[in-house]
Amino acid sequence: MKELKPAILLFIVFTVICGGIYPALVTGIASAIFPKQAGGSFITGASNREIGSRLIGQPFSEAKYFWPRPSATAVFGFNPLASGGSNAGPTNPAFIATVGDRVKALHDAGVTGGVPADLVEASASGLDPHISVEAVHVQIARVARARGMTEEELSKLVAAHTEGRQFGFLGEPRVNVLVLNVKLDSLQ
Amino acid sequence: MNSYELLATVLFFLLLLAMVRPFGSYMARVYQGERTFLSPLLVPCENMLYRFCGVNRDEEMDWKRYAWAMLLCNLVLCAALFAILMLQHLLPLNPQQLPAFTWPLALNTAVSFVTNTNWQAYAGESAASYFTQMAGLGVHNFLSAATGMAIAIALIRGFVRRKTSLLGNFWVDMTRGTLYILLPISLVAALVLVSQGVIQNFSAYKTVPLVQAASYDKPLLDAKGEALMDADGKPVTENVTVREVTIPMGPVASQEAIKELGTNGGGFFNANSSHPFENPTPLSHYLEIMLILLIPFALTRTFGVMVGNPRQGWALLAVMLFLLIASFGVLQGVEANGNPLLTKLGVQGANMEGKELRFSLAGTCLFEVATTGTSCGAVSAMHDSLTPIGGMIPLSLILLGELIPGGVGSGLYTMLAFAVIAVFVSGLMIGRTPEYLGKKIEGREMWMSIVTILTAGIVVLVLSGAAMIAPAAVASMANPGAHGLSEVLYAIASMANSNGSAFAGLNANAGFYNILGALAMLLGRYVPAVAMLAMAGSLAEKKFVPPSLGTLPTDKAPFALWPTLVILIVGALTFFPALSLGPIVEHVTMLGGN
Repeated sequence: MKELKPAILLFIVFTVICGGIYPALVTGIASAIFPKQAGGSFITGASNREIGSRLIGQPFSEAKYFWPRPSATAVFGFNPLASGGSNAGPTNPAFIATVGDRVKALHDAGVTGGVPADLVEASASGLDPHISVEAVHVQIARVARARGMTEEELSKLVAAHTEGRQFGFLGEPRVNVLVLNVKLDSLQ
Repeated sequence: MNSYELLATVLFFLLLLAMVRPFGSYMARVYQGERTFLSPLLVPCENMLYRFCGVNRDEEMDWKRYAWAMLLCNLVLCAALFAILMLQHLLPLNPQQLPAFTWPLALNTAVSFVTNTNWQAYAGESAASYFTQMAGLGVHNFLSAATGMAIAIALIRGFVRRKTSLLGNFWVDMTRGTLYILLPISLVAALVLVSQGVIQNFSAYKTVPLVQAASYDKPLLDAKGEALMDADGKPVTENVTVREVTIPMGPVASQEAIKELGTNGGGFFNANSSHPFENPTPLSHYLEIMLILLIPFALTRTFGVMVGNPRQGWALLAVMLFLLIASFGVLQGVEANGNPLLTKLGVQGANMEGKELRFSLAGTCLFEVATTGTSCGAVSAMHDSLTPIGGMIPLSLILLGELIPGGVGSGLYTMLAFAVIAVFVSGLMIGRTPEYLGKKIEGREMWMSIVTILTAGIVVLVLSGAAMIAPAAVASMANPGAHGLSEVLYAIASMANSNGSAFAGLNANAGFYNILGALAMLLGRYVPAVAMLAMAGSLAEKKFVPPSLGTLPTDKAPFALWPTLVILIVGALTFFPALSLGPIVEHVTMLGGN
């Protein structure tokens, strides 16, 4: 039992170092040099009120808004307190039927032809704020009609809100649905 | 894979390989007690710490004492974490006033974090307070990783030393691994992650209004808490409007860095590394993959340096790298093809269910093979929703025993067990005396290696079999048919091999999985660990046999191929029947259009 003393004391010392000093140090430095990111990248709307984080998607279903990816979070979609995916297996009949319903809903909303996968398949976190460039394009006609804009005007706005690959080669080009919709609201 | 994805993948591996040499040599200096550029800062801290804890840094231990210290240390850690989880509601830094864990869940979680598994049968944002995350789970992320590395280093010393029973001092190895390796890298990596948008604060959760109110149908419950049905037997629902949502906060970046670096994998949030607050950009994504792979790959260099022949380390690295890249290629290929059942409905593109858009498909697939090739288990996509063959890749990487390149430390010692077996078998085949690194491989070494590589396999097959006849275990499946078997097989494989990722549809917070899972994690971690320390003790006592004409060279390319085959053959013989009933049947069904 000679080793019991170092076992207990080392545990205490490392709890202080790794569980106290280390996270406190990271928090201190982070809030000094990256205060906005450390706080959650919140965006503000009218009268400087916080209207959400640019990293956390929100649900949209009205015709005048661009629609995000489906979300499988518990109770209601895009619930930030219940992050997670559907965990549906690829051959699960209920899952195939759900995707079929989503494809039909898009066709009913005026989308013709093939449907981009990201617009009918749920994200991993259930909070994915982005959709692909293709998924934005199939929605431009609908949003333009609902807002009384021309498709050219809207396409320009979308292009200005398209994030390219990071450093020109990492990741996918994408559009932040929340940021774009907030911008659309602010124009009218 | 488009050209951007190819470029990113190639650059990633070049950068990783470029870091193996300097970083692996640095780790060798750390464990050999030599000066490093951090010594002026850390030596005083280290000395103070040894004095406080009553550790004599020059007092070395034989294998039994080393193993005893390791087990005792882990027992103390496990008991302390169990206590924190059971008392969470009384402890500070709990702005959401989260309640205590139930005891089976607390037991499972405590064992899970102490064994470097980080299997999570709870959802972080709704179950764990900031205190639990930092002072409980975060501390174990450091110490379970340091434990794994210490065991690997003791095994290397067994190969290096001659005619001695001493393998080093466990407390010193733990301390130096944490102070010189894990803490400095975590600190820098955490800050880079914050720059990308990973949060780091102690605020209470924030409530924000939705831009567009949403609504959903909420099932009504009767007085007994069961779903209320109408006359037609359909559930009665009420339409509820959601006008605001609550966004969780917390000290995430500090946890995220060590969770990847220590190949722990326990997410701050339920969605783990797919959550935008854990992994907001492609850069943070590739950085996290780098952190996962860095120590396991660099330890092969540490091994090469310490045994005095870096080529021995490169041979092991070649085996790991080859199997990892091959797995990545298959996963990327099948996921890019999409799901034929959905293609028929008019869906275009890769299989995106359970994936995040920003990471790109190749980036996502690289993360998933890295996290299951090591014993990390963090996920940036939901493995349950991969295509059948796609899902079989992470499952197989786990089943092969976590050595491609494996967890921090545990990967190296499992790989060395396979190398010992490969040397022995080839020695028998070509009539040479089996020697590895100048040490004769005899009965005791073979026994310990076999115990190391077969323990997890036996636990997986026995417990999966038990799960199939336990109604409670079967009821936890989320998907019907062959996929349900894959979920159970994955869960038990993940726990027995210290991985911690899941086919997460399975409801794991059930008595069966909590308690038998804890058993699987304990056996899967400590039986091989003690067996490898026993082998280290036996090797250290042997004399050095200088290489002769009769010695099989183990630092040449042909030898690298041989352990690769041994790994694949042992894996296939053990698990092919189970895999053919799960993912392979499902793949055939999917192609058949059902």
